[in-house]
Amino acid sequence: MYEILERQDLTPIIHMFKIRAPAIASKAQAGQFIILRQGENGERIPLTLADWDSIKGTVTVVFMEVGLSTMKLAALKAGDCITDFAGPLGLPTHIENFGTVICVAGGFAVATIMPIARALKLAGNRVITIMGARSRSLLFWEQEVGRYSDELIVTTDDGSSGRKGLVTEPLRDILAAEGNGVARVIAIGPTIMMKFSAKTTEPFGVKTIVSLNPIMVDGTGMCGCCRVTVGGATRFACVDGPDFDGHHVDWDELMARQRTYLEQEARSMELWKCQRGGCTQEAQHG
Amino acid sequence: MAKVDRMDMPRQLAEARAKNFDEVALGYTPQMAASEAGRCLNCIKKYCVSGCPVGIDIPGFISALRENDIKRASRVLKEKNALPGICGRVCPQETQCEAYCLLGKKGEPVAIGRLERFVADWESNNPSPEQPIAITPSGKKVAVVGSGPAGLTCAAELARLGHKVTVFEALHVAGGVLLYGIPEFRLPKTIVGREVQYISSLGVEIRLNSVIGKIDNVDELLSSGYDAVFLGTGAGLPIFLGVPGENLSGVYSANEFLTRVNLMKAYRFPEFDTPVKIGKKVLVIGGGNVAMDAARCALRMGAEEVSIVYRRSEAEMPARREEVENAKEEGIKFRFLTSPKSFTGDPKRQLTGMECQEMELGEPDSTGRRRPLPKPDSDFILETDVAVVALGTTPNPLIAQTTSGLEVTRHGTVIADEMTGRTKKLGVWAGGDVVTGSATVISAMGAAKRAAADINDFLRRES
Ligand SMILES: Cc1cc2nc3c(=O)[nH]c(=O)nc-3n(C[C@H](O)[C@H](O)[C@H](O)COP(=O)(O)OP(=O)(O)OC[C@H]3O[C@@H](n4cnc5c(N)ncnc54)[C@H](O)[C@@H]3O)c2cc1C
Ligand SMILES: Cc1cc2nc3c(=O)[nH]c(=O)nc-3n(C[C@H](O)[C@H](O)[C@H](O)COP(=O)(O)OP(=O)(O)OC[C@H]3O[C@@H](n4cnc5c(N)ncnc54)[C@H](O)[C@@H]3O)c2cc1C
Ligand code: SF4
Ligand code: FES
Repeated sequence: MYEILERQDLTPIIHMFKIRAPAIASKAQAGQFIILRQGENGERIPLTLADWDSIKGTVTVVFMEVGLSTMKLAALKAGDCITDFAGPLGLPTHIENFGTVICVAGGFAVATIMPIARALKLAGNRVITIMGARSRSLLFWEQEVGRYSDELIVTTDDGSSGRKGLVTEPLRDILAAEGNGVARVIAIGPTIMMKFSAKTTEPFGVKTIVSLNPIMVDGTGMCGCCRVTVGGATRFACVDGPDFDGHHVDWDELMARQRTYLEQEARSMELWKCQRGGCTQEAQHG
Repeated sequence: MAKVDRMDMPRQLAEARAKNFDEVALGYTPQMAASEAGRCLNCIKKYCVSGCPVGIDIPGFISALRENDIKRASRVLKEKNALPGICGRVCPQETQCEAYCLLGKKGEPVAIGRLERFVADWESNNPSPEQPIAITPSGKKVAVVGSGPAGLTCAAELARLGHKVTVFEALHVAGGVLLYGIPEFRLPKTIVGREVQYISSLGVEIRLNSVIGKIDNVDELLSSGYDAVFLGTGAGLPIFLGVPGENLSGVYSANEFLTRVNLMKAYRFPEFDTPVKIGKKVLVIGGGNVAMDAARCALRMGAEEVSIVYRRSEAEMPARREEVENAKEEGIKFRFLTSPKSFTGDPKRQLTGMECQEMELGEPDSTGRRRPLPKPDSDFILETDVAVVALGTTPNPLIAQTTSGLEVTRHGTVIADEMTGRTKKLGVWAGGDVVTGSATVISAMGAAKRAAADINDFLRRES
């Protein structure tokens, strides 16, 4: 069992857990993830390592409530234990001194990009971070990320904080202004945001790394559920990734595969809400 | 002596079992077991034993059974096989012990597997207090990687010999393919759980959620105090067809499909959280046991039509006869001499069908089976909601990539001595599917036992 040592609610639907997992903490690298399972009936879901402390033996994950498993997780508090927790999985993000790197993060992925920005900074890069959210109340970790960024740009869809609009707009502006000065872009967030970030950088010919988030089961290369097409070849995101060259990803395929269980996901969430009291007629009789 | 026919084993009726995940074969009653045991000639030459990969004293346990001393029968079994309840159910006896049985020369061989299962089940319902084995601790530590039949067997053997054993398992439960691959209706998971419990009771520590190569690698295990490492990591990497459309939503590897259904219990969704897609029509591509298991799972989950698509003819199918018969009885359809060319989908990239071509058999190939050749202009489309690709597996490359000095073949299998399990790296042994590629439970166990014996020699010599 893996104890939750600390819980913070970063936004109403984004939460941070600090968890005791010494074996993982001692090996973790930026860009890797864990797979957890909560409860004996739970499913296995992947979450990125947002931070770790190899001396204290702890790792940090940040997750957004989007469906049954993440809501079940959100019901836990400090002192509770997570049933299963395996990692660090996937290949670490490739870090070296590239020169200038733009990190783009959307939604909960600000937490995912944090250790990457930190590693890039420590490697000597000039780091420009663009972080976006729908509105001010959904922003978090501006200071943490800011600490490892030479420049921090915030966007919100509604303009309640920072620049109004999507992350792709400042991204395009910087690329247009700096041209070949930018060596690499790392974009992490919702699939659609990564797709459009890659589309934005493509005309500028700047290498763009994305961290893909297909549905996974084992996370060790055993099932092939996480397969994605990159440059025409099938790759398993859990072992060959999750980082890939965004200019070569088959985005439509990824999005189609992510939608495989929409029906079942909605059904199991209704049932769960029902068990917790907030029932709709349909789920009761369905 | 009057000739007695081989005793059939009762099974759930096909119609009923096609709708549930309860065990298909129900096992012998004591009367049935006595009658079947009575058929054994107790041959002095023990032909059957030569067909058993772990060398169980088969006439010995059957004699005990005939004398109604089931406890003794169980002891005889356990001397050579720590997992008789599992082997009695899943071993391909028809190509092993029963293939050598003298009675089989003229008629039907003794039903050795069914008797083994009977004894194991009787023992678990009437447990005798475990005789404490006097173990002298050796002070040596062994790391076993993987908790499939190979890992569990090696761990049990070494623990009994006094070594401190830690098993590292990547998944959240121990059992390997026994848990995530072979379905409940052929091998109830409580039986696997019982065997894992027994192995823990020997003092073996099982560390779940521990992916070796991601946490410590094999080199680090050796330098952090383990005196030996046994690799029982299996052959877990699925092979795909490599045809267009294979990544459409609705196309599964058999590993994914079976893992969702068996390990994650998708057949009890939404009580369990993991979903699986079934739809009305399911195609399973392949002709082995894995294909039969996937097809029979799909049927039980409520698919209206499940078909197995195989590119050769029925005679070449590698699956066990018994499982093919079971599948047919349950209503699985077979499309022989049919080979997939591509998958087709709708604009939302959901699977809608599989484009196939008809095949005909040519000259025998290197495996001795007649080679399938495409018939010209024979393309057609099979409509389907779900397709499961069951073409086999190869070892996961993770261990080979993260262990210095370990040699592998070009198929990715670890090179190890057949008699001792020694790999090219000092202090590291391997056995089971990771060495042979997909094989059988009992061959994995046999290899693990030989490796355990050699590890013991090595550790005793060292001290
Ligand atoms: C490598 C990787 C790293 C990730 N890191 C984070 C992270 O740090 N923080 C975070 O909030 N989310 C992260 N995710 C996404 C997270 O795993 C999903 O949001 C979560 O599994 C949704 O489960 P659910 O039951 O709550 O929602 P559901 O209602 O089941 O699903 C909502 C959507 O999430 C996706 N999803 C569902 N099940 C899985 C699954 N088993 N594996 C992957 N995706 C699934 C599907 O696209 C689905 O439509 C990551 C995903 C991957 C692949
Ligand atoms: C669907 C199906 C049906 C089958 N039916 C039969 C049958 O009826 N009869 C029969 O005899 N055989 C059958 N087999 C074959 C049989 O199950 C295998 O030959 C046998 O399980 C091999 O045992 P193993 O211990 O070598 O490997 P596995 O059972 O594959 O176990 C390997 C274990 O190692 C773990 N592992 C892998 N890598 C790591 C790592 N890096 N760190 C930690 N742990 C790791 C895996 O998670 C797994 O639990 C079937 C196989 C399948 C897939
Ligand atoms: S070969 Fe057949 S008859 Fe002879 S001892 Fe073995 S099981 Fe009995
Ligand atoms: S999640 Fe199973 S292979 Fe990647």
